[in-house]
Amino acid sequence: MEASFDFWTHLPAVIPELLLTVLAVVVLLLDLYGGKENRRNIAFVSAIGLAAIAVTPLIWGPSEQQVFWGGMVRYDLIAQIFKVMIIIGASITCLMAADDSEVGHKGEFYLIVIVATLGASLIAAAADLIMVFVGLETLSIPLYILAAFRRDDERSSESGMKYFLFGAFSSGVMLYGFSLLYGFTGETNIYTLSQAFPAAVADNPLPLIGALLMLLVGFGFKVSMVPFHFWTPDVYEGAPTPVTAYVSVASKAASFALLVRVLLAVFPVTLVIGQENLQTLWVNLVSVLAIVTMTIGNVLALRQTNIKRLLAYSSIAQAGYVLVGVAAMQSQSDYSVASVAFYLLMYTFTNLGAFAGVLIFSETTGSENIKDMGGLSRRNPWLALGMTIAILSLAGIPPAAGFFGKFYLFTAAVNANMVLLAIIAVLNAIVALYYYLIVIKVMYVDRSQYDSQSIALSRSTLWVIGLTSIAVLLLGTFGAQPFFDWAAQGAQALLAL
Amino acid sequence: MIEINAQSIAFAILAVLTLGGGLGVVLNRNLFRGAIWLMVSLFGVAGIFVLLSAPFLAAVQVLVYIGAIAILITFAVMLTRSMTNLGERFVRRTAGIVVAVLLFFFILLGTILPVWGVDGTRYDDVSAPAENVATTRELGVALVDGNQFVLPFEVASLLLTAAMIGAIVIAREDEE
Repeated sequence: MEASFDFWTHLPAVIPELLLTVLAVVVLLLDLYGGKENRRNIAFVSAIGLAAIAVTPLIWGPSEQQVFWGGMVRYDLIAQIFKVMIIIGASITCLMAADDSEVGHKGEFYLIVIVATLGASLIAAAADLIMVFVGLETLSIPLYILAAFRRDDERSSESGMKYFLFGAFSSGVMLYGFSLLYGFTGETNIYTLSQAFPAAVADNPLPLIGALLMLLVGFGFKVSMVPFHFWTPDVYEGAPTPVTAYVSVASKAASFALLVRVLLAVFPVTLVIGQENLQTLWVNLVSVLAIVTMTIGNVLALRQTNIKRLLAYSSIAQAGYVLVGVAAMQSQSDYSVASVAFYLLMYTFTNLGAFAGVLIFSETTGSENIKDMGGLSRRNPWLALGMTIAILSLAGIPPAAGFFGKFYLFTAAVNANMVLLAIIAVLNAIVALYYYLIVIKVMYVDRSQYDSQSIALSRSTLWVIGLTSIAVLLLGTFGAQPFFDWAAQGAQALLAL
Repeated sequence: MIEINAQSIAFAILAVLTLGGGLGVVLNRNLFRGAIWLMVSLFGVAGIFVLLSAPFLAAVQVLVYIGAIAILITFAVMLTRSMTNLGERFVRRTAGIVVAVLLFFFILLGTILPVWGVDGTRYDDVSAPAENVATTRELGVALVDGNQFVLPFEVASLLLTAAMIGAIVIAREDEE
């Protein structure tokens, strides 16, 4: 009755996940038997281990066969790209956490980050509703724990609770969407679902529209899309800074990878149910959501005085830009998908750099206020430079990578004949310039009460800021085209069903 | 359109139990009563599993969700006395008896239906269920078969481990 199953052909698809499990066990044992004085080294073990694992998808790349483990995962080029991106993000997060006085010395912290990464890496390749859900929860539940990790801090507990309540609710709604899809078709594989629709629902598009809306709620929460963004500022502010960085990059990248795959596979362009072209429907919906998300994110960011809240609203706005690329997937999808992947790749390095700077700043001064960053260029020029590169990239100014990120996204929108959407996105980017440049101005021009106090960089922070800055500059200059071409290849693999 | 037979009547009753229990959980301001309503709702779901020819899932539903999880919730609620307003006494004795009898009836129904079948005729051989009924063996194999669900199954166990460790970290006192 069982079809034959050859373990070795299925192994490459989950090598990163298997190694992540091993690393999690190693970290757990080190924490248990390593002794208190060595706990900080766990950060380095995790960071180096994750960096090594990030290379494995490149060694054991996608092969001819793409569907593995009974259709649970689809290991294609786009999954490979996202896996590398996510695991590198986790590695830098661990390196950053070494300097966090509140969580850095706790071994469990790294263990939970590794498990969350495993979930993120799985959903980048998930091709079955069951795998999607289990993967999403494997990513989300550890993140709720991480957000509440500073248990003596009220803001941290509050952020964990808020994240958990919003997250549980949106998971529930998304699960309703899944059960609608499964209930009508009897299929759970997202690549066979769309073929089963016509027979299942005949001419009535309503169930599919309902399912689509519910899926968007779930994914919208994960990527902090308006109107599901309310948790973002509080969680970003309250959670330990390394966790905030992780939530804003790895979790977001994985969720976007999943969103792109599900939208293209479950609601493809050819799907017409009773005169209703479902792709037109979700393209319109996502366009509107993109506009609302970036506008609200940018407008609210203008008034922020806390640097972590500013970055929270900025990350909502950035999610809006990525949604522009998602909306543009209706025509020339490979260009759009590639622009989304490239944007998330450069955003990973950019935001990690920015948050590493924030972490060191708040560790030294105990403040997260933007005005207290005055004179940072005199207190530590290298830190100010790293922050500046990250913020320029967020603002989309060359030679930082953010310029090409936005350029590809907006070009994708123009290619898809969505000129209005592109114009609104550009206008938004201009508004955003204001609050990004204010931070740079404060660092270089203003003075503050802490002016005389110099900030020392530890070796691990130096590595984090150095690596992310170099990556951002590289992706903004020579690296842009090669990486974009790589992502475009991946996009073609995603579309070749 | 809907044929009225034993099955549809049973479904209607179970649906009312499930949804009514759910409403009870949401609308009740007393946490303890909410927990009891939750059990009612879970019983309804167990009954629906029976109707769907999934007696194993029904048994698991009763054992795990009612036997373990709902009881755990009740304990947790009772340990946080300030939240439960247990000051008020339970005075509606007749209502309690009716609910208890009804619950007992449905447990009975849940136990008997798999044996007697929904249309009232007894299965000749209980150990050989109808063809579309998945056996526990198939269920077990599906969870460890590489072509089926082994990957999500293993990942779920990892998730639970991490969640447990995380819960301990958040809940315990710092030893330092």
